[in-house]
Amino acid sequence: MTVDIKLEKFSGPLDLLLHLIKSQEMDICDIRIVEITEQYLTIIDQMKQLDLDVAGEFLVMAAQLIHIKSRMLLPVSEELAEEEGEDPRAELVKRLLEYQRYKQAAQLFDRLPQLERDIFLPQGSGTDLLLEDAPQDAELTISLYQLANAFHQLMTQVKTEVFHEVIRENLSVSDYIAMISRRLTEHSRICLRDFFQSGYQRTELVVTFLALLELTRMRMIRIEQVNSFSDIWLTRVASADQLQQLHLAEETLDYE
Amino acid sequence: MSDLKAVIEAFLFVAGFPVSLDKLADLTEADKADIKEVIAGLTQEYSRPGRGIRLLEVAGGYQFRSDPTLAPWLRRLQKERVQRLSAAALETLAIIAYRQPVTRAEIEYLRGVDSGGVLKTLLERHLLRILGKKDIPGRPLLYGTSRYFLELFGLKDLNDLPTLKEFSALDPELAEALPLEPSDQ
Repeated sequence: MTVDIKLEKFSGPLDLLLHLIKSQEMDICDIRIVEITEQYLTIIDQMKQLDLDVAGEFLVMAAQLIHIKSRMLLPVSEELAEEEGEDPRAELVKRLLEYQRYKQAAQLFDRLPQLERDIFLPQGSGTDLLLEDAPQDAELTISLYQLANAFHQLMTQVKTEVFHEVIRENLSVSDYIAMISRRLTEHSRICLRDFFQSGYQRTELVVTFLALLELTRMRMIRIEQVNSFSDIWLTRVASADQLQQLHLAEETLDYE
Repeated sequence: MSDLKAVIEAFLFVAGFPVSLDKLADLTEADKADIKEVIAGLTQEYSRPGRGIRLLEVAGGYQFRSDPTLAPWLRRLQKERVQRLSAAALETLAIIAYRQPVTRAEIEYLRGVDSGGVLKTLLERHLLRILGKKDIPGRPLLYGTSRYFLELFGLKDLNDLPTLKEFSALDPELAEALPLEPSDQ
């Protein structure tokens, strides 16, 4: 039989296998393993002949199919049956069934009305996004990944100088905590971006970032972001007095 | 409050994001039962034929959203084509949505393919959240869906996910021990 299948159409070996089973009108729970293995290998071979790079996962599945096939052909001794379970196909069947379930779920998702595709929201509404309820102190409102991402973006914005005099700067986290505290005493809320002016050196950025994390840990400020890509805001949680009285000995912070 | 309905309508309109019942109660200082009633009324008013906006319950809050049937018109406003989620991305998202918290090895066992790239894409599109680390050797990251995931698909919460046919689940420990490998080795 001729097989005309584009491998890239399939998201993986399970997807391809499922397709073969369906097109042969087989029952997933009762796969004719010899037939399927043959077809599967034909497709993989074709891909190789066309000099296409067959992803390793497809080869792993080929090996598994052959393994199952060989076990089905061998007479089953009682010992072996006990050791390896009754039907050598069982494991594969389970995986196929579960995979099929998520494939169907993916199709269901695709049919749900999606933002920016089927449903739209007012664009660029410049409202105070912090109206959104943040679960108080339960967790940071933004994830660590987002915070690290925002920091990474800032770092890439900082130009690397080619020539410069090397001066060892002695930046202390507590100085920066004091500086941030001062600014937050004046304004109860500051955009994260405002802390990183263009003149900042890499070390200054790092120390500022550490100071922000430290303040968050001490529950003096809260870090919030409402929408993806929107600005990250620092909000003062402690009273202005508390912040001002915050005297930190460098050694309590564990930074060098 | 006699104009509670008008106030809530304006709040939801201006906020733009899904506003929770708790937040509305905070803002309006009204009784939650009253607010619920008002929202039910508003929802009904906006669902009448001839309106272009719907009031929907999304991601634990209420939000004004455009009517899906108007999508062909509203797409004209888009400056660039929005990248659709690929089949692989949807598949991965489905696995995470229904099985969270889940590790990358578990996802790859279920899909039969390397899923690092897809996971990165989903993280970058803010559809995933890292829920922590699994307490097994290697301490792999545990993935779950984000709040934005609910917003993107217009789901109220995770219980609002489409129900799937039941069947016997795989032993997740198997996936962890032998990713991409048959179990009988």
